[in-house]
Amino acid sequence: MDDILEMLQSNARISIKDLGKLTGKSEKQVEKSIKDYEKKGVIVKYKTVINRDKIKGDNGVIALIEVKVMPQKDVGFDLVAERIYKFPEVKSCFLLSGTYDLLLIVEGEDIQTVANFVSEKLAPLNSVRGTATHFMLKKYKEDGVILEKKDKDKRLAITY
Amino acid sequence: MIAKHIDKLAPSGIRQFFDLVLGMPEVISLGVGEPDFVTPWRIREKAITSLEEGFTSYTSNSGLFCLREGISEHLNKKYNLAYSPKDNILITVGVSEGLDLALRAILEPKDSVIVVTPYYVAYPAMVEINHGRPLFLKTRAEEGFKINLKDLKELLKHNPKAMILNYPANPTGVTYAKDELKAIWKLLAKTETFLITDEVYDELTYDGRHCPFASLDKKAKERTILLNGFSKGHAMTGFRVGYACADKKIIDAMTKIHSFSMLCGPIIGQMAAVEALLAKREVQTMVRAYRQRRDFMVRELNRLGLKTNKPSGAFYCFSNVSTEAMDFAKSLLFQEKVAVVPGAGFGSEFNQYIRISYANSLDNLKEAVIRIERFLNKQNGTNQKNSGR
Repeated sequence: MDDILEMLQSNARISIKDLGKLTGKSEKQVEKSIKDYEKKGVIVKYKTVINRDKIKGDNGVIALIEVKVMPQKDVGFDLVAERIYKFPEVKSCFLLSGTYDLLLIVEGEDIQTVANFVSEKLAPLNSVRGTATHFMLKKYKEDGVILEKKDKDKRLAITY
Repeated sequence: MIAKHIDKLAPSGIRQFFDLVLGMPEVISLGVGEPDFVTPWRIREKAITSLEEGFTSYTSNSGLFCLREGISEHLNKKYNLAYSPKDNILITVGVSEGLDLALRAILEPKDSVIVVTPYYVAYPAMVEINHGRPLFLKTRAEEGFKINLKDLKELLKHNPKAMILNYPANPTGVTYAKDELKAIWKLLAKTETFLITDEVYDELTYDGRHCPFASLDKKAKERTILLNGFSKGHAMTGFRVGYACADKKIIDAMTKIHSFSMLCGPIIGQMAAVEALLAKREVQTMVRAYRQRRDFMVRELNRLGLKTNKPSGAFYCFSNVSTEAMDFAKSLLFQEKVAVVPGAGFGSEFNQYIRISYANSLDNLKEAVIRIERFLNKQNGTNQKNSGR
């Protein structure tokens, strides 16, 4: 991965000016690279990692849902997956190897909302053979970021 | 009461400055001579496991055989250097102990040792502690702080017992390409001077490839005491693991001293080092980060008018501040809470230089640059006012 991508991945809000300084490229060059990456779909979206536990009054829940499905002739899992990931409640959808097929990450305002989604929308689908819903209790680390603990510099401030 | 040669060792004037920094909270410190990375997890995990498994004893004086084997294999693969784990490798407590042992093993009282300036502070001190005399080989900014062969030739006339060569170097980041080392060796080959090479920053080489002095040829290898360790490249300063490689006779002598004075290096550090030899990807990740920061810092420092050569290795910039560096460092510390190391600690003639360590997060480096710029602008403003009067 090139330096620009790496820096954007760790801080999507880094300025063009800083990127230029850090990579030794002109601001124009940086801007052009970013535009190219966006056009090619290498950069898909600029995202903010939010620790919802810290927001007062936020009762939102996240559930990981394992889904067993019936693959379809010729198109395999793709059509079924599409049918499922189109629900706006589904934030992420992955096809996995192993004991189940699709892993969904679903967000809802509260447990009831997610439960309703599973029982009323997901489970009744013809191609869905079974589901298992796991509610997330606590996030420790997300996208490479440790959410709770900040590492302090433990070095002496000055040494040879 | 205190031995004369210890008593006269100058407690560097820089100590006071260090105390100032250590007493001041919330400083952005560019004065740290060690990686800002914590030891990679797989290495720490190995240390934890070895504790759990009960590895808490002494090791053999020479160090764990499996670690020596690992080092032998590593040097062979990376540099085509053949050292036998049985006869040619000694595990030391950091490179610091390795240097002490090497000097103790070869120096007679009053022997002289070439120390290249600017130097890592311990070199002349260790020579004097071992009853030797440092002979300073001065390098100049305009020659990229590299050894001037004429000057070296001149110093070799004094028949020095050894020469300490540190590359990539602290504090300049200077390193030498194979051809340059060959030219140095050509002069040394005619003498009987030992080479003690401190190559602890070898993994942190950003331009070109590191070339160990001992890999030049068979004769060079016989004359070299190669010192290295895990502190810098693997971010393991606190583990205290280094190693020395040399001819059997020298290693035997060093091991003899080590077996009385130190017994052995700490076993937990040694176990962790075995794992460190396998952590290639982790080292690469850190090297990449350092390179990025180096490019950023060199560009910014020069933009601010602090003349800085581009270092090829280690993690320091050695910058000319064109004024008394101790005053500069103190004012910078008091006014902007940025700590740097005044150059006089690396040789008295470098009293207009500061060492800036870029072993720090990019965010901190960026903030430090903003503060240094503000500081310089204020300084220039005052100077202009004064000269206007």
